[in-house]
Amino acid sequence: MSSVDLQGGWISLGEGLGLSPDLMYAVWVPIPIITIVIAATLGVLVIVWLERKISAGAQQRIGPEYAGPLGLLQPLADGLKLVFKEDIIPAKADKVLFTLGPAIVVVPVFLAYLVVPFGPNLMISNLGIGTFFWLATSSVAPIGLLMSGYGSNNKYSFLGGLRAAAQAISYEIPLALCVLAVALLADSLRTVEIVQEQAYGGILGWNVWRQPIGFVAFLIAALAECERLPFDLPEAEEELVAGYQTEYTGMKFGLFYVGSYVNLLVSGLWVTILYLGGWHAPIPFDLPNSAGWEVVGGFGAIFWTLLKTYSFLFAAILTRWTLPRVRIDQLLNLGWKFLLPLALGNLLLTALLKLLFI
Amino acid sequence: MLETKTDPMIVSMGPHHPSMHGVLRLIVTLDGEDVLDCEPVVGYLHRGMEKIAEHRTVIQYLPYVTRWDYLATMFTEAVTVNAPERLANIEVPKRASYLRVIMLELSRIASHLLWLGPFMADIGAQTPFFYILREREMIYDLLEAATGMRMMHNYFRVGGVAADLPYGWVDKSLDFCEYFLPKIDEYEALITRNPIFLKRVQNVGNISREEAIQWGLSGPMLRASGVKWDLRKVDRYECYDEIAWSVASEREGDSLARYLVRMQEMRESTKIVQQALKAIPGGPYENLEARRLREGRTSSWNEFEYQFVGKKPSPTFKMPHQEHYVRVEAPKGELGVFLMGDDHVFPWRWKIRPPGFINVQILPTLVQGMKLADIMTILGSIDIIMGEVDR
Repeated sequence: MSSVDLQGGWISLGEGLGLSPDLMYAVWVPIPIITIVIAATLGVLVIVWLERKISAGAQQRIGPEYAGPLGLLQPLADGLKLVFKEDIIPAKADKVLFTLGPAIVVVPVFLAYLVVPFGPNLMISNLGIGTFFWLATSSVAPIGLLMSGYGSNNKYSFLGGLRAAAQAISYEIPLALCVLAVALLADSLRTVEIVQEQAYGGILGWNVWRQPIGFVAFLIAALAECERLPFDLPEAEEELVAGYQTEYTGMKFGLFYVGSYVNLLVSGLWVTILYLGGWHAPIPFDLPNSAGWEVVGGFGAIFWTLLKTYSFLFAAILTRWTLPRVRIDQLLNLGWKFLLPLALGNLLLTALLKLLFI
Repeated sequence: MLETKTDPMIVSMGPHHPSMHGVLRLIVTLDGEDVLDCEPVVGYLHRGMEKIAEHRTVIQYLPYVTRWDYLATMFTEAVTVNAPERLANIEVPKRASYLRVIMLELSRIASHLLWLGPFMADIGAQTPFFYILREREMIYDLLEAATGMRMMHNYFRVGGVAADLPYGWVDKSLDFCEYFLPKIDEYEALITRNPIFLKRVQNVGNISREEAIQWGLSGPMLRASGVKWDLRKVDRYECYDEIAWSVASEREGDSLARYLVRMQEMRESTKIVQQALKAIPGGPYENLEARRLREGRTSSWNEFEYQFVGKKPSPTFKMPHQEHYVRVEAPKGELGVFLMGDDHVFPWRWKIRPPGFINVQILPTLVQGMKLADIMTILGSIDIIMGEVDR
């Protein structure tokens, strides 16, 4: 295990200054959480910038270029604009549901970061039910969408909320089945163990080779869960104006915005963890065994995780600007009649092979 | 028993809905995602254009007609000058006729391009919009060079056109045609065989041959249902007879067929422009008859100013006391004008037959029983412009 113990170091630092270990521990607890929340929010800004630049590239435009170098500050400017906008609650809206909706959408998405490992020891909580925790929390978000769709007292919002709920339920199941197949391979739901299980053989040891069907099914289901084109029906602009977001302004709208991008980032991270070998480099190499190199290795782990995640995000963004949108019946058909049997078959096949050969 | 049947939901889409192509309003009755009924409400862009025509001379009215169908502007001008020309039997010189054909076909390409982009956006693909604007911009540059305006050209005149082509324009246009033909292939490569696109447009909005004729559809809507009816071939106006081209048509009558017809029409139009540019004769670009008619046999016709400078049609050109219907094949269909002259400089009656207005009537029949998202696909494939629907 690691020879660098940040938490222990922090507590002994406090003891050196004459503070009690309990106090230092209480101060320590929120630090990784805040770090992750800030990192996730920064990640959202990066995705927004990438989205705008990649879409500009696909559409032969330049994209943002005046706000900061290469327009890097554009997402920040957009976010600030949303903060300062008037927060309007429609007169005939259900105020409680209307206000609660965005929060219920955003909070579970951030909760999913609890179990995301950026390195062997770089995670907030090494839960025994790690992947299951993510599936459970991400299923809460559609309730928020339904609440805001219903609470807006707007027909477009209502239709959008219903679509969101139908879509989330349909794609939750294939997603869970894909995850189960991976968990079967690792004999654990623990995220760290799933990643460690892919450590041997570099790029060839990744689950993507052992679970090709599951990988494809997971990608499609993840895109649908994130409500990204070609599956962005809940907010289909040409049909429902903006779906459940129609009546929202200011930071409440901003929360949906952040929520959807954080969700995308989480999906990217989970693709990385479940199928792309997590923090492991494509070609394995050994670092010298010392505390200094351990720190380098930690940063390397974060680097590889993010690199893989953002590769997935790049693909997702390019998909969004390439494909048209499917229709609601086609979406549900795809989910129930294609992905579900596919994922179920994949799970059974994995179990069979596991019983036969291991 | 548990009551599961709910009341249908009535959604008023428009007049300010992102995909209503202007200010169309649809009162849609929805049962969940299924469309039970749809009632189009038109008239939000009504400007009384037919009445305005009744106290304008043709030359005064010309700058206004481009606001009927503001995406296929040349056709509105063409029908506006064709009507008095035919009424007064005014010949158009060959060069002017060729110029008109070139401008009309360029305008047709521009119109079809700006149909393709929003149609794809209606289905959910935003990117084609930027690609089509790239090509459309070149067409508008060409039109600007020839006419002085990008959209509201005011180029056609009774008996000819307003100005001859600037130096080098023919070569530039040929360059554009050469550039544009592969671009259509590029669109087709990107769009036509995309499985999601096919799923969204195939068997959506089916119109049978009989239905198409009974509803009075025209243009690509009619040709996609297997009727090879193109006024350029049927009426043989301008110089389309001297150019080799074929009528694009499909048999299926669904949204995909209408897409394919329009794509093919862009190719044919490019070919027409290419041939017309190569075959364009010299000579006057404007008829001298209009002035001759007014001044009679004693009119001067061979003097310097008459031959080289002041060749605009007379503002006091009178329309004979007769009536008739004149039509051209606009990108959206049959654009016609029913004109009644009264031996006066103003027309007595100027009735416009806009293709979009006739074509959009079939919309409720098509969307009944389809999904909510199909409304946008079908509406997009009909290709309406509210400017000419409401006039």
